[in-house]
Amino acid sequence: MQTTSAVNGANYLTYQGKYKGLLGWIFSTDHKRIGLLYLYSIATMFTTGVLLGLAMKFELLAPGKTIMEAQTYNATFTVHGVIMIFMVVIPGLPAVFGNILMPIMIGAKDVAFPKLNLLSWWLYVLGVMLVLAALLFGNGSPDTGWTFYAPYSFKTGTNMLPAIFGAFVLGFSSILTGLNFLVTIHRLRCPGMKWTKLPLFVWTLYGTAWIQLLATPVVGITLVLVALERIFGVGIFDPALGGDPILYQHLFWIYSHPAVYIMILPAMGAISEIIPTFSQKHIFGYKAIIASTMAIAFVGYLVWGHHMYTAGMSGPAQYYFSLLTFIVAIPSAIKVFNWISTMYKGSINVQTPFYWAISFIFVFMIGGLSGLVLGSLATDVHVHDTAFVVAHFHYIVFGGTGFAFFAALHYWFPKIFGRMYDKAWANTGWLVFFIGFLALYTPMFYLGLMGMPRRYYDYLEEFHSGNILSTFGSWVMVTGFVIIIVNLIRSARKGAPAEANPWHGKTLEWTIPSPPPVLNFETEPVIGENDGPYNYE
Amino acid sequence: MSEEKHQHVVPYRVYVIILIALLILTFSSVGITSIELGEYTVAAALIFAVIKSFLVLTYFMHLKYDKLYIRVMVGFVFALFLVVIIITFLDYLFRT
Repeated sequence: MQTTSAVNGANYLTYQGKYKGLLGWIFSTDHKRIGLLYLYSIATMFTTGVLLGLAMKFELLAPGKTIMEAQTYNATFTVHGVIMIFMVVIPGLPAVFGNILMPIMIGAKDVAFPKLNLLSWWLYVLGVMLVLAALLFGNGSPDTGWTFYAPYSFKTGTNMLPAIFGAFVLGFSSILTGLNFLVTIHRLRCPGMKWTKLPLFVWTLYGTAWIQLLATPVVGITLVLVALERIFGVGIFDPALGGDPILYQHLFWIYSHPAVYIMILPAMGAISEIIPTFSQKHIFGYKAIIASTMAIAFVGYLVWGHHMYTAGMSGPAQYYFSLLTFIVAIPSAIKVFNWISTMYKGSINVQTPFYWAISFIFVFMIGGLSGLVLGSLATDVHVHDTAFVVAHFHYIVFGGTGFAFFAALHYWFPKIFGRMYDKAWANTGWLVFFIGFLALYTPMFYLGLMGMPRRYYDYLEEFHSGNILSTFGSWVMVTGFVIIIVNLIRSARKGAPAEANPWHGKTLEWTIPSPPPVLNFETEPVIGENDGPYNYE
Repeated sequence: MSEEKHQHVVPYRVYVIILIALLILTFSSVGITSIELGEYTVAAALIFAVIKSFLVLTYFMHLKYDKLYIRVMVGFVFALFLVVIIITFLDYLFRT
């Protein structure tokens, strides 16, 4: 058996444990290795989702059939949605950066339950394989959209059950990660790491973990009910048997709207780390950001009905969901003011993560403000189920979570891999990606306002020019994506060795070598009264 | 972690009493279905379920002997669950 000091001497990338090679990774309970397993898995699924999205935009290049039939288009947007939501953005930042960095940021050696952590990744892989099985076997790919709306989801002849069961298993992975993070943050903080000294990324993971733990079982049970409806015709959602399809929408969105905050809260946390570091200034309103994080996590539970304004809900229900939706916008706006105020009079060091962070704020603001159009009852009726909605949630989910993911990846890359990427290529990748993103999604706001419905493979001639620009944007964005990925893969292998603290950050991960040792810290860190995660002055 | 927390032993008698209470409540929740309660049938079943959950959480899961903040967190979770249920069913109440 190796001694602790021998284990800690090696870094986690090269450390040789009980197993060698691939087994040393897929059976590792080291939180950093599990985080990287998630990174590679999620990157693979993200690339798959991007290719499907690219195919959809290609289909919409011209009216009528371009490259696929209507049924294929239905299956393509369904699979694109299921992959991007359940396999990419929901696990996204918590599973990758939460796993790799959260224990280090609180001064711990690992998460509270390392084996459970590994099980979470295995469940993730199992869920992915089940969903992929739905595509490859049976009577055709699911075609319901990622929301699996009743009654179509139990009436369609396509291969729904593996996809539903896959989403169910992915939910378990999410619940276990949330539970693990909650216990870790409560129990494993190093001496002196009070709640008021926690880095904001950790705080957002804490809020996210509560949502993962409490909201995910609801969708799990709902999906089981859909499966029972399909197999046994139990009649919970089927109006022909006295069921209520709107109940399905309630249950589905009770999870899936808080899931938006599972996606966006850690993204906000990553941005809250990057902005102070590259402004070399204490974060403005630390406690206000914590309060707004918890407020989002709480109020976010109670706004699900704004996805259902046109579904047949009662009038009073529509009113209070609209009111609560406007209320949840307030804590999000508080964060934006805090980030801007942090930059004010800061010593700004413009680097790739900072570019990603400020472009995050830009697109997130547009996504957020367009969300108010959808949260308002009267305007929502006009744009519901149009391309406007697609533009809105891509600005929030992709522009928010996606941009923050790339920001975090470029910020913590030198720490994770111990190597620095080529900054010129990284900046080029960001610029091309950003331009492509704007060209891809901005026309969809206009198309939606003009009345172009979502989820159709065909459209009227009057929508042609907007779609050409959008499709062209998808090509530019994918070009940017390729530049980013090639640069990062190459740099992870051949980049210049990175310093321990290349960005002059103040949180604990920057106090240890890059890449981190197996047990993170030589000696347990102790946080003094005057220490803090953003003490730059 | 303090030793004191792990040394708390609940007498078997308490567990047996709770077990008996749970069994009685289970049989009662089955038995009450034979009585025609109309629209209160679901409410009756839920009341039995709530009492049983409370007993399991309090005694079998040791909430009674745990720190206050743990009890507050669990209470908060149930309060949230209740709010979600109420909001959902308000929709049904107002539907025409």
